[in-house]
Amino acid sequence: MHFKARAGAKLADVRLQTALKKLQGNFVKGRADRIAELDNFPDIRDAAAAIRDRALENLDVWLDTFERNATARGTVVHWAETHEDVNRIVREIAARHGVRKVIKSKSMVTEECGLNDALESAGLEVVETDLGEYILQLAKEPPSHIVAPVVHKTRDEVSDLFAEKHNAPRLTDIPALCREAREKLRPHFLTAEMGVSGANFLIAETGSTLIVTNEGNGRMVTTLPKVHVAITGIEKVVPTLEDVSTLLRLLPRHGTGQSITNYISVTTGPKREGDSDGPEHFHVILVDAGRTQLIGGEMQQMLRCIRCGACMNHCPVYQSVGGHAYGWVYPGPMGSILTPTYIGLENARDLPNAATLCGQCEVACPVKIPLPELLRKLRERQFEQGLKPWHEVAALRLWGWLAQRPALYGLATRIKVRALKAMANPQGMIRSLPFGGGWTDRRDFPAPEGKTFRELYGKSKA
Amino acid sequence: MSARANILSRIRTRQGKAVTVRAAEREGVAQYLAEHPQGPRPQTGDDALARFRERALGLATTIDELRSPEELPAAVARYLRGLGLAPVAVCWPEFAALDWQGQGVSMDSRAARGDDLIGITGAFCAIAETGTLMMCSGPDTPPAASLLPETHIAVLRRERIVVGMEDAWALLRGEHGVLPRAVNFISGPSRTADIEQTVTLGAHGPYRVHILLV
Repeated sequence: MHFKARAGAKLADVRLQTALKKLQGNFVKGRADRIAELDNFPDIRDAAAAIRDRALENLDVWLDTFERNATARGTVVHWAETHEDVNRIVREIAARHGVRKVIKSKSMVTEECGLNDALESAGLEVVETDLGEYILQLAKEPPSHIVAPVVHKTRDEVSDLFAEKHNAPRLTDIPALCREAREKLRPHFLTAEMGVSGANFLIAETGSTLIVTNEGNGRMVTTLPKVHVAITGIEKVVPTLEDVSTLLRLLPRHGTGQSITNYISVTTGPKREGDSDGPEHFHVILVDAGRTQLIGGEMQQMLRCIRCGACMNHCPVYQSVGGHAYGWVYPGPMGSILTPTYIGLENARDLPNAATLCGQCEVACPVKIPLPELLRKLRERQFEQGLKPWHEVAALRLWGWLAQRPALYGLATRIKVRALKAMANPQGMIRSLPFGGGWTDRRDFPAPEGKTFRELYGKSKA
Repeated sequence: MSARANILSRIRTRQGKAVTVRAAEREGVAQYLAEHPQGPRPQTGDDALARFRERALGLATTIDELRSPEELPAAVARYLRGLGLAPVAVCWPEFAALDWQGQGVSMDSRAARGDDLIGITGAFCAIAETGTLMMCSGPDTPPAASLLPETHIAVLRRERIVVGMEDAWALLRGEHGVLPRAVNFISGPSRTADIEQTVTLGAHGPYRVHILLV
């Protein structure tokens, strides 16, 4: 995980920069427009945060309630402590029901698990059916955004990819490309024995799973195959249908700039007596895989997250480098908090620093997660665990020592501003700073006027 | 210890709680479920029908307003003719007995298959706030008819339009008690914006959603 190294390459990638621009129009402006429809948006946002907090404060009891109600409707509930546990449970379910082909609707938890590889190595055929995820499966690339997984690709790249992988004429019109994917995927929907989905919410009151989609593939995956497996994090539980109604006023608006997504599917157990469609077997896997590490204490607020992606859409760093620079499943500000806590701070050194702390993510968050504050806490932990680079620590120590000695500090800064002034070219700019390459490699550094602030302030008072 | 016990006890330990759940915690949860309070609702105007119409049209749904259910076959035939679509459809059983033949529509009352092009369904109710149809699965209301065909035609009774999703849940609790296997909220034709954030209708589900208001 080296965010810094990746980010440099992404900034220089012209195609990526073109692709990323599109995100700001639809998602950023779309969110603002759709929020304006709600006369009481601040109240709804407060209520949404309170709903998520209520669930988290008694998480074990709500999960137990969900499990009881789900089991009563014929759902089989599994618990997975690790990503490997998830993969094993899915493989076992597949083996029990003689599954050969698995169709999937978009699920970031299964990206965490590397489920596709685990199933393929067990000899199963796995087909992603969300258009974006399907494109990525063909391209053998990971998603770069949690809502718009293929935001880093241009239409031309998709045209080339489809022509090559489908062995078909190269289409360039977006609706034609969508139809091509629809026609390729329809037979898979009709023949797969197992459907794997995530769940945006688990409803404790009814033991239901809820998924939010636009394409309709989520409905197919939960309706057509004889086995359905929904895989989601333990934090996704919400008490009641009323609570979920409040959250659904915010999730689509923040996710895609829609008042509501095309489909919201609430599924409760397997096919009932007399039903002509629906799965015969319905499994839910509740996943920990690092989530309990966030419980109890300041980081618990992060588990309110409803995975809308607004924090990354509004982040100046994400907007500049895209999702792949972050190195793991979750990019942007939420990823910079989740990745270090899920896979270890020592494996994600740069991420807590991959933010300007400008505060846009917190403003955009529908459930009021104080993302900049949590990033700051992670930076603190990095320091406490000795994970900061030695030169940064040494420089800060030196500065701290100096700052506690005002006379010496004044002298040092007086010398420094004069030295910097002497280094300037006739335009008052410094082309290259010793030990300050980060500032001057790509732009000039404006030189100071030759006096420190304290000197100027003292003079104006006198 | 099982994964379940490990996860639950980790949650409790990290929150500084005793390993066994106290009665008061269970009572708190049970009471909240019994009350299931509503959150703050946005203003949606006084006229639910007008709001539904405006919102549904904004989602690229089309609407035809009929005077009586007897007009359904003619309205369907007219809609299909207007788009140049072949008049061959599947429908939910409640519409099987209408005079389709008289309007030249070949109608089959059965579960939809992957190659059916037109599906005709009813709706449990509709939500004015967002212009959304609410569908409940059941032996006589199979979900595939609103999903697999390229064109979905839904018959909606005007008195079944409620204001918000909370009202739809209340109606369902009152009439069904428990949730059916699947509740699907449908808000216009299926769509995707995965390629260059360009909205395209007809991803995997219907390209068209047409509502017949009766």
